[in-house]
Amino acid sequence: MQLIANGILKENPIFRLALSMCPAVGISTTVMNGLLLGIAVLFVQVCSSVTISMVKNFIHPRIRIPTYTLTIATWVTVIDMVLSAYMPVAYAKMGIFVKLIVAFAIITMRLEMFACKEPVGASFWDGFGMGLGFLIGMMSIGFVRELLGSGAILGYDVLGFKPLLFFILPSAGFFVVGLMMAFFNYIEIFYKRKKGFKA
Amino acid sequence: MNRIRIRLISIIALLCAVVPGLVYGAGFISKQSFGEKNQIKLRFSVQVDKAKVADIHKYTVYEEQDPDILLPIASAKPDPDSKGVSLTFKQVLNTAHTHVVTIKNLDGVSSAVAKVSKSYLGYLISILISALLINNFVFTKYLGLCVFFGTSKRKSTAKGMGVVFTIVMVVSASMSWFFYNYILIPFNLNFLQIVVFIGLVSLTVQAVDTILRKVNPILFNSFGVYLVLVIANCVIIAVPLILANNAYNYYETFMLSLGAGGGFLLALYLMSSVSERMQLAKIPPTFKGLPIAFIVAGQFALAFLGFSGLQIF
Repeated sequence: MQLIANGILKENPIFRLALSMCPAVGISTTVMNGLLLGIAVLFVQVCSSVTISMVKNFIHPRIRIPTYTLTIATWVTVIDMVLSAYMPVAYAKMGIFVKLIVAFAIITMRLEMFACKEPVGASFWDGFGMGLGFLIGMMSIGFVRELLGSGAILGYDVLGFKPLLFFILPSAGFFVVGLMMAFFNYIEIFYKRKKGFKA
Repeated sequence: MNRIRIRLISIIALLCAVVPGLVYGAGFISKQSFGEKNQIKLRFSVQVDKAKVADIHKYTVYEEQDPDILLPIASAKPDPDSKGVSLTFKQVLNTAHTHVVTIKNLDGVSSAVAKVSKSYLGYLISILISALLINNFVFTKYLGLCVFFGTSKRKSTAKGMGVVFTIVMVVSASMSWFFYNYILIPFNLNFLQIVVFIGLVSLTVQAVDTILRKVNPILFNSFGVYLVLVIANCVIIAVPLILANNAYNYYETFMLSLGAGGGFLLALYLMSSVSERMQLAKIPPTFKGLPIAFIVAGQFALAFLGFSGLQIF
């Protein structure tokens, strides 16, 4: 439980660690896109964490990074093929980003920092927490952008009008992520002040 | 000394790219090109009768991919020296496609075919410009952001990272192209794309690391730090995937990877110039660090949207 909460709040991959920003900006135009890519990342993260954790005693320390990369690449190939077979429409929308999960810094980082030292169970929950944190981050960005850009959530028209078409444009992703990060910082500073620390 | 050598190498590389563009077939029609928006200009190798040239029924023109749709010709105007003709069409031509012109029964020549297209060199340069500005990988495709925000604090870092990245990019894209076309396709191993490409990238980085350490230790000391970061950059894996998707040939691959690397260098340099200024500015504490960097990048992205309609050749 501790590990999941850690992944979602304290070390949220998008807002706190600022890793794997590319998809956060690139395709978080709707909640659905965020959800799908989040699930893909969750799957790859959990599977590769468990795999590495299982074989950690057989990996020579000097070749550990290539081993991680190849493990991730294998699982990415799996999810890539599954998505293109069962969800061709959504897959076409996400384009190249599913394949690019292989280069996400967050997954390699978790393998290097956690999975290669800890037992299988703990690695599973850590991977799950991190993936979930990513999923929630992606969905919240998608929520803001979809609501402001097209006045809808999950494709259902909520507002009835389109407040700011600008937010659908990909370049607005930078603004939304920047503003949300500032918001998280603001909360942090606010709580620190309450506790008596000087920010 | 080193600089001259680099220049020489780049000139040779450019020449290699130019040569295939200059090879043209010769025949009855000696030269063909696009004129105004709705014109095609032809030059003949011999003199022909002006009255016969002006007959528009002798010509049929279509775009190469749909031969069934003939393009209606409005007029055919002979050149003053009667060794050429300019065809004017009723519609504006799409000069991005190859057009096929067929001539029948003109001065003893029963039929002659000419393919009109923009020169191959121009096409290659348009790929380069497109990867560099119009589809800049950082600002319009949103790739490689982790490294982008990490290394754009100072100008010197930005330059080092950009140059190392461009070199690794070109080398690994060339290798990926070779592997894809001569190993993956013949043996029907397309599904191994991701594994093979990421392996090749790691291999290239490791090789550049080892070679640079032996050949030029001074350069290694200043650039070696960035080599590790290259692997974590999505652009370096995105380019092989793009070239595999689009079935590019080698020259196109080279130009795309060069443009991707150059675009990354350009983005890093622009961003670091702003970052250096921002250190002097008064920023609210909640926006310090990454949030303000994101907002600046968003403004750059908006500016780069302006390139989207750019067409040079």
